[in-house]
Amino acid sequence: MRNYHALRTKKDLLSLHLHNKTLWVSVIFAFLTVIVAVISLGMGEMNIHPIDVVKVFLGMGSEQHALIVQQFRLPRIVIAILVGASLAAAGSIMQGIVRNPLAAPDILGISGGASVAAVAFLLWFETSSITWLPPIAFLGATLATLLLYVVAWKKGVTPFRLVLIGVGIKIAASAIVTVLIMFSPFMLQNKAVLWLTGSIYGVDWSDVIMILPWSAGLILLAGLLGRRVNIQHLGDDIAVSVGSRLQIDRFLLLIICAALTGTAVSVGGEISFVALLAPHIAKQIIGPSFGGVLVVSTFIGSIIMLVADLIGRVAFAPVDVPVGVFTSAVGAPFFIYLLYKNRNR
Amino acid sequence: MRALLPNSFSKISGIFIILLFMAYLAYASLIFGVIDTSWQNAVEAYTNYNGTNEHIIIKEVRVPRVLNAIAVGFSLGIAGTLLQSLTRNPVADSELFGLNAGAALFVVIAITFFGISSLTLFTWIAFAGSAIAGIIVYILGSFGREGLSPVKLTLAGAAITAFAASMRHGMLVINEKALDEVLFWLSGSVGGRNVDYLISVLPYMLLAWIAAFLLARPIQTLLMGEDVAKGLGQRTMLVKIITGVVIVLLSGSAVAVAGPIGFVGLITPHLARYLVGNDTRWIMLYSGLLGSILLLAADLGARFIAMPAEVPIGVMTALIGIPFFIYVARKGLSKG
Repeated sequence: MRNYHALRTKKDLLSLHLHNKTLWVSVIFAFLTVIVAVISLGMGEMNIHPIDVVKVFLGMGSEQHALIVQQFRLPRIVIAILVGASLAAAGSIMQGIVRNPLAAPDILGISGGASVAAVAFLLWFETSSITWLPPIAFLGATLATLLLYVVAWKKGVTPFRLVLIGVGIKIAASAIVTVLIMFSPFMLQNKAVLWLTGSIYGVDWSDVIMILPWSAGLILLAGLLGRRVNIQHLGDDIAVSVGSRLQIDRFLLLIICAALTGTAVSVGGEISFVALLAPHIAKQIIGPSFGGVLVVSTFIGSIIMLVADLIGRVAFAPVDVPVGVFTSAVGAPFFIYLLYKNRNR
Repeated sequence: MRALLPNSFSKISGIFIILLFMAYLAYASLIFGVIDTSWQNAVEAYTNYNGTNEHIIIKEVRVPRVLNAIAVGFSLGIAGTLLQSLTRNPVADSELFGLNAGAALFVVIAITFFGISSLTLFTWIAFAGSAIAGIIVYILGSFGREGLSPVKLTLAGAAITAFAASMRHGMLVINEKALDEVLFWLSGSVGGRNVDYLISVLPYMLLAWIAAFLLARPIQTLLMGEDVAKGLGQRTMLVKIITGVVIVLLSGSAVAVAGPIGFVGLITPHLARYLVGNDTRWIMLYSGLLGSILLLAADLGARFIAMPAEVPIGVMTALIGIPFFIYVARKGLSKG
C-alpha cells in the first residue's frame, strides 16, 4: 500500500485512504484554478497585470485596482468556480451511478427541470426573496429526476431507456420554459432567454452568498458518500452482497446530484456539457475511483467555467457572450467523440 | 399487428372521415382567434369584399394560416414516415435528429456572415442546413457493430442540436441586428406568413410528395431487410439516397414556410400504422393527412393558450409530442 496515505482520527471517527497520485494531481489542479482565476481577474475592459491582482489581495494594490477586482470581477469569478464545481460534482455522481459515460444531468433533462422551476418562480413570485431560488431550482431538478426514473422504470432502469427518455424530458422542459417566457413581462424575457444558454453575466456578491452554502455543503456530502459510489461500480449484485443498501444509496446520491444541478442552474442557467466534460477528464488522469474523480473534476469544472467565461467576456468585447456557448462548442464535439468511442457498447 | 381498418373500403372511408374532420378544424381556424368572426364573413371576404377589418383578417391572416398548416403538416407527416423507415427507428423525428436546428443555424450564419436577407435564398440555405445536420447525425448513428441504433441516433441528434443551438445563440448575441430578422425562423409558426411563401415552396413540396408515394413500394421492400431487398434486385443505396433527398426536401420546405416544428413526424406515422397496418403507401397518406390535422389543432391551441400572445407552434407540438415519444421509447424499444 505504498501508493496510499492513511488518514485516521483517534477513535476511528473518520478514516481515509488517500491515493498519492490523486493527492498531488489535486494540488496541481487547485493551483491551476487559482492561476486561471488570477489571470481572469486581470483581464477585461481594463487590463490589470496578474501581479497587481495578487497585490490587491495582499492589501497592497491601488484603490482603483481594488475596486475593479473586488467589486466588479471577483463575484463573477467566484460564481464561475462554484458553478463549475457544482456541475462537475453532479456529473461525477451521475456517471458513477448510471454507469454510462454519456450520462450527464444536462443531457438527461435534470437541468431542464431546474430551469422550469426557476423561471416559473421568477415569473409568479416576483416579489419574494431571491434567496429561495436555489432550493426552488433544486426542487425542479429533483422532480425531473424522479419523473425520469419513474418513466424509465420498466422492471428496472436500463441506461438505454434512461438516456432516450432523458432527452425527451429535456426537450419538454425547454418547451415549457418557452411557454413560461411568453407569459412573462418583457424585462424578464431577456433574462430568461439567456438562462436557456447559460450565462453568469451580471452576478454580484449576493449571488455568491446565495449559492456558496449549497455548493460547498453538497460537494462535501458527496465526498462523504464517495465509498458508496465506488461499491456501485462493482455491479448491483456484488454491491448488495457486500452490504450496500443499494437502492437507498442510489436514491440519496441522485438527490444530491439534483441538488447540485439546481444550485448551478439557479445562478447560471443551463450551462451544458461541463458536467459531462469534467469527470471524463478527471477519470483520464487519475482513474475511476470516485473520491478522486470528485475532487479533481470539481477543479477541472471550475477551470472550464473560468476559461469559457474569460473568452466570453474578452473575445468579443464589449459584447458578453454567454459561457454556455463556449462550453457546448467544446462539449458537443467531445460528446460525439464519446459516442464514437462507445459505439460498440 | 392487426390494423384498425383492414380492407380498402374502410381505409377509403377513413380518409373521408379524416378530410371531414380536417375541414371542421380548418373552419374553426378561420373563425376563432383573437378576433372571432363568422362563416358568413369568411365567405363574404371572397364574394363580396368590402375592406373591413374582419375581411382583411380572413384574407390576409386566417386563410394563409390554414393553408400553411395543411401543407406543412402533410409534408411533416410524410417526412416522418420516410425518416422512420429509413432509419428503422420508431423515435425518428426531424427535431430530435437536429434537422431543424441545423437549418436555423445555417440561416443565422447566412445573415451574420454573408449579410443575406433574400427570403428565397433562406429557403435554400435551410435545405442545406438540415441536409448537413441530417447527414452528420446519420453517419454518427451508424458507427459501431450494430449499425444504426435509435439511442445512438437520438444522442447524436441531441449533441448536434445542442451544438447548433448554442452557436446560433452566440452569433445572435454578437450580432443583435440579425436577431430581429431571424426571430421569425426560430419560433415556428404557421401564422403571420404570406401565402407567397407557401407558393414559392409548393413546387418542391409537390415534387417531394409525388416522389414519396413513388418510393413507397421500394421502401416496403427495403423494410424486409437490406439483404432481402438486395436479393430481390433492388439498388438499396439508390433508394436510400433518394429517400434522404426527399426527406430533406420535405422538412426543409416545411422549415422554410413555418420555421422549426418538431414531433409531428414522430407521432403521425405511429397513428397511421395503428390505423392501416403495414402498407407503406397507406401509412404515408394517412400520416400526411393526420399531420395536417395535428398542425391545425396545434395552431388553434397555440392561439388560445396565452391569448392574446401566441405560443410558437413548435412548442405546442413538442408538448403534445414528448409524452408520445416517451410512450414509444418505453414500448417500442424493449426489444433492443
